[in-house]
Amino acid sequence: MMKTAATTIALTLTASSVMAQTNISWWHGMGGRNGEVINEISQMFNEAQSECVLTPVSRGTYEEALSSGIAAFRSGEQPNILQVFDAGAATIIAAKGATIPAEDLITGAGEEFNRDAFIAGVRNFYADSDGKFVGMPFNSSAPIMYYNTEAFEKAGVAPPKTWEEFEAIAPALKEAGYTPMTASQLTWMMVENFKSRNNQQFATNNNGYDAIEGTEIIVTDENQVMMFEKLKDWADKGLFGFYGAGWADNLKPFEEGQSAMWIGSSGSFGGLQKSTGFEFSAVPMPYWDAIEGAGTQSFIGGAALFAMSGKSEEENTCTAQFFTFLTSPETQVFYHKATGYVPITEAAYELAKSQGYYDEQPVAEVGIQQLMLKGGEWSKGYRMGFYPQIRTVMEREFNRIFSGEVSVKDGFQIIEDEGNQLLARFAKTSG
Amino acid sequence: MTDSPLRTTLPNGALLSRLRAWYSADTPNPAKRVQFDRPLTPWLFLLPQLAVVVIFFYWPSVQAVTSSFYIEDPFGFGSTFVGTENYTDALTSSQYASTAMFTAFFCVMVTGLSLGIGLLLAVKADKVIRGAATYKTLLISVYAIAPPVAGLIGMMFFDMHIGPLTDLAAFFGHDLRVGINYWDTAFALITISVWKQIPYNFIFFLSGLQSVPVSVREAALIDAQSGWRRFCDVTLPLLAPTAFFLLVINITYAMFDTFPIIDVVVKDKPANNPITLVYKVYLDGFKGNDIGGSSAQSVILMVVVAALTVLQFRFLERRVHYG
Repeated sequence: MMKTAATTIALTLTASSVMAQTNISWWHGMGGRNGEVINEISQMFNEAQSECVLTPVSRGTYEEALSSGIAAFRSGEQPNILQVFDAGAATIIAAKGATIPAEDLITGAGEEFNRDAFIAGVRNFYADSDGKFVGMPFNSSAPIMYYNTEAFEKAGVAPPKTWEEFEAIAPALKEAGYTPMTASQLTWMMVENFKSRNNQQFATNNNGYDAIEGTEIIVTDENQVMMFEKLKDWADKGLFGFYGAGWADNLKPFEEGQSAMWIGSSGSFGGLQKSTGFEFSAVPMPYWDAIEGAGTQSFIGGAALFAMSGKSEEENTCTAQFFTFLTSPETQVFYHKATGYVPITEAAYELAKSQGYYDEQPVAEVGIQQLMLKGGEWSKGYRMGFYPQIRTVMEREFNRIFSGEVSVKDGFQIIEDEGNQLLARFAKTSG
Repeated sequence: MTDSPLRTTLPNGALLSRLRAWYSADTPNPAKRVQFDRPLTPWLFLLPQLAVVVIFFYWPSVQAVTSSFYIEDPFGFGSTFVGTENYTDALTSSQYASTAMFTAFFCVMVTGLSLGIGLLLAVKADKVIRGAATYKTLLISVYAIAPPVAGLIGMMFFDMHIGPLTDLAAFFGHDLRVGINYWDTAFALITISVWKQIPYNFIFFLSGLQSVPVSVREAALIDAQSGWRRFCDVTLPLLAPTAFFLLVINITYAMFDTFPIIDVVVKDKPANNPITLVYKVYLDGFKGNDIGGSSAQSVILMVVVAALTVLQFRFLERRVHYG
């Protein structure tokens, strides 16, 4: 806090003493090392040009950043740039007039913008149904499967590509004394990205992109239910460890060498290097071979930056310049290396590759490779309002499913019913 | 102070009658009248306090009531007037009902246990002669811990991987899974909340006990041999004003101030873990951005708390004797 305040004051002082510079603000929801990297990037931008001064401000977690952004907007105190996470995308994109689409902002400021420069998995998630970028993808991640190398050597098996392979090797890992797998945030891993990796429809109205009115969630289909029946069965047999909705509770067994595999974020890579005392590697998140057309790319996770409306033209120009700066290959590679989030443009990926980064750190390439896999009809993204609340419903039912209070089928029926009620409520918000 | 002051019962509750005395114009108090020569002066002194109440209570309350009749776009662009739909949605939801049930259970447990244990400790501490100061300081020190920190400390004990209490439960053959098992989490929530509140009750009870006059105690000693009877017949009635005050405060604590503890224990992802009504208001409003639904819930909560407070003053305060 003190540091940020000091930097802000320092920046303001230099700003006023040099000349009429334009100040812009950036509210984000990142902490720890990732928060420091945001300060470094802002400083790089401020040093790279002289017209604009960017001040980043941490607003807590993703959810807190979104709600403080909303509160600020309602009182006319919004920042120029607001970071919004994947699940909150529908909320901010539906509020037309709250933001200026990133693409309009950039072209309006006379900068170039090329959609095809972005890797395929990133292009649609924060875009409208015509493919126009509303949010500027920023920290992007994919769910990948980390594995403990020694555990696999001990069991004499290879890491699985598909869930069928997982079923075949998991008993050997259990035999070797490990919990074969744990996974954090099942909503993201086993529902949202179950849909994307297996090319399954997630919501009506083209996964929710075409309209808010009448969008319904689809989670009671045979395949989704099958995925959780398998998970429950694996949990009962000791092949899968479920430790509730908390991210860290499910990660800990992996860090302590008790579980052989952990499904987490590609952005967890940096942290894992510090917290694990053993050798680990990663493979893409498994899919079902038995499902036709499966093996598609995953949804992009993480967050995007939104340019808030109601700002002067000079400030918007600065925001546009910053967006362009962010997508430059050099900035992207810096961010990729510093945090473990994936580079979002093809050029940045090529640059990191040519620097030999992936020869040193093969794990860092898994996430981006997964996002560059072939796309399917349903792997572009989803757009559902009140989605954070739908996730809360899912988390509740997952706890009940794994404790045996409700069957998988009934649990998902509840998720679908309550999810649809929330979607219907959301449709009324824009009325 | 022999017998008569203890019998002074105020028929309609002390506070209410005091309020009435303050209001009624036919009992002029000339001594107080002359303090302000201009009628506006007292208002001037009241202004800061009134401003705080209006800005931080009445204004937000009015806003909450207004938005509870709408389903609103969080950014404030569109809204649909839905009448009482937000209320019926909340009140008919089985989820809301189970949260309300848990909140009631939680309040009873937290209030009962922290008052009971606080009183027990105070009575015992009152009797300690050697090392009394150290003993009291140790008991009071927990009060200096902020609720989120109390939650964090509690979670270190209850952690499902490394928590010593989890190990202890395993020793007795119970697989304690705070965060997964509903009642295990409830147990952790209640334990941490009670632990945090005991010192507060302890301080008040102890000072209450110390203000019981020695003469009364000695008189009681002649009348009754049994310590328990003396406690029930003499000490407890004399402690009643303190206990009543603490009851109101503890219910408020259990309903509202335990929020940070809950947030830490459920790691801001409640899943199927028990939460209280106020946590649900936060969850739907701030994490879910459902302003209308969340407002309706907070209005319901406001009504419940107001009703509860009136009930307490109406039925319980009658039995309280102010010395």
